[in-house]
Amino acid sequence: MMHRIVALLLLCLLPLGAQAEQVIAALSQTRVSVNANFDGSEILVFGAVKRDRPAPEDSPLDVIITVSGPERVETIRRKDRRYGIWINVEAQVMGHSPTFYTVATTRPLADILPPLTDSLWKITDDKRVLPGMRGHPAREALIELREKADLYRTREGEVELSADTLFDTSIALPSNIVEGAYNTRIFLLRNGEVIDSYGTSINVQKVGIERWLYNLAYSQALLYGIMALAIAALSGWGASELFRLIRR
Amino acid sequence: MQIFLPIAEVSVNAFTLLGLGGIVGVLSGMFGVGGGFLITPLLFFVGIPPAVAVATSANQIVASSVSGVLAHFKRKTVDLKMGFVLLAGGLVGSAIGIQIFNLLKAMGQVDLLVTLCYVVFLGIIGFLMLIESIRAIKRAKGRPGGRPARKKHLWVHTLPFKMKFRASGLYISAIPPIAVGVMVGMLGAVMGVGGGFIMVPAMIYILGMPTKVVIGTSLFQIIFTAGFTTLLHAYTNHTVDVLLAFLLLVGGVIGAQIGTQIGLKLKAEQLRIALALLVLAVCLKLGIDLLIPPKDLYSLGS
Repeated sequence: MMHRIVALLLLCLLPLGAQAEQVIAALSQTRVSVNANFDGSEILVFGAVKRDRPAPEDSPLDVIITVSGPERVETIRRKDRRYGIWINVEAQVMGHSPTFYTVATTRPLADILPPLTDSLWKITDDKRVLPGMRGHPAREALIELREKADLYRTREGEVELSADTLFDTSIALPSNIVEGAYNTRIFLLRNGEVIDSYGTSINVQKVGIERWLYNLAYSQALLYGIMALAIAALSGWGASELFRLIRR
Repeated sequence: MQIFLPIAEVSVNAFTLLGLGGIVGVLSGMFGVGGGFLITPLLFFVGIPPAVAVATSANQIVASSVSGVLAHFKRKTVDLKMGFVLLAGGLVGSAIGIQIFNLLKAMGQVDLLVTLCYVVFLGIIGFLMLIESIRAIKRAKGRPGGRPARKKHLWVHTLPFKMKFRASGLYISAIPPIAVGVMVGMLGAVMGVGGGFIMVPAMIYILGMPTKVVIGTSLFQIIFTAGFTTLLHAYTNHTVDVLLAFLLLVGGVIGAQIGTQIGLKLKAEQLRIALALLVLAVCLKLGIDLLIPPKDLYSLGS
């Protein structure tokens, strides 16, 4: 929400000429339903650049797409060797950070995104994730752990841009997904500056039996526990009876 | 076939879970252990969050123990009276154990202490059992056909409040079984398992119960302690995943039936050697993990 307001304000401040090119984009789906056989999801992000005059010749056009998952507060623990064994010696509670973050670009970020623009729009994970803690080992470890788990990804050159007008990329949402809104931002860049941006969100939600069980476990915990025990006892008994029949 | 688990919030292959449940079920039926000390680390390995793995394995233990105990009931190898005496102690022990667990959790070192508990207890029990079983086999070979005298006068026989346990062929004080129940219940709650792997040797070596009765009685007792643990986890932590438990227990109950059959065919000493080796293997794995530098010095947790 904040980003969108900032984006709107900045758009108003920009000189009129810079709005000569506008981004129009859409997603293959804006709702992701997590059901029992959910195994990750692939979202196609595509769009076009709208112009009211010919495209400038002097600089190339680039597109950056970011998808940011729901934010969570995490505790990160550090292990160290004490008395010969490895144990947790330190715990640090980290501020809100996205559980999922992907950046996809048309070309290497170093060529198209100067640090100042990056800071202003918070595009790379370095600028987006707990930027106030930069250099703190716990924050670097958090980013590294999430990169290893494929939750944070930077995919340079994976946005296809054809004829300087049409673009598309696909974003893979992992199977161990967190429910909530996945904010998607699309930036048009020229000369290292953002000339237009567009924001939308993908809503990820459990459905069907997944949703029912999850709600029951939290709102009717005792009933859920009794149900779990009943299922266990019944299937134990059922299997025993079944085997007795088979052996006859 | 991938399946998304509603509480664990991860997608896992359903056949992997069925297989895991099956292996643990076979062991559970063979040895009369709930299998919690095996299934919990195995679930970590396939990517289930630790809190969910601990709570859900308690639920799966209930199912495999019910399945196993029914097979033992039919063969009349359950000492019900002993089971209830142990259970009385066990529930008291669980209540104390949960208090200890919460205290350690507040201190922030619960993982380490649980692992240390595992290493120490699995190590001691596995080692003692292995030595004893090997000695028993050597004895049997030296004197073919002859059985060693079982009716030794142990210190447990001098205590008051004597009770008759007909199925076990024992006339002993109620104090040792209750004490064993409290101790196992306590450890079970702290370590998040049914406690069969401590209960079985305790019954054999402290109470002097015959091996055939021990397994059924241990399973009977575990149903209630594991059930109590499941309910408590579901109520306070919301970490029991019924879908995960269901897949594990479908494999588990079938495995438990097969395991019980295998167990009946094996000799008691062989059974004990196999259990001892298994216990030592898990102990060694956990111990090594504490000693070698971890792959990631940092870990995330909520």
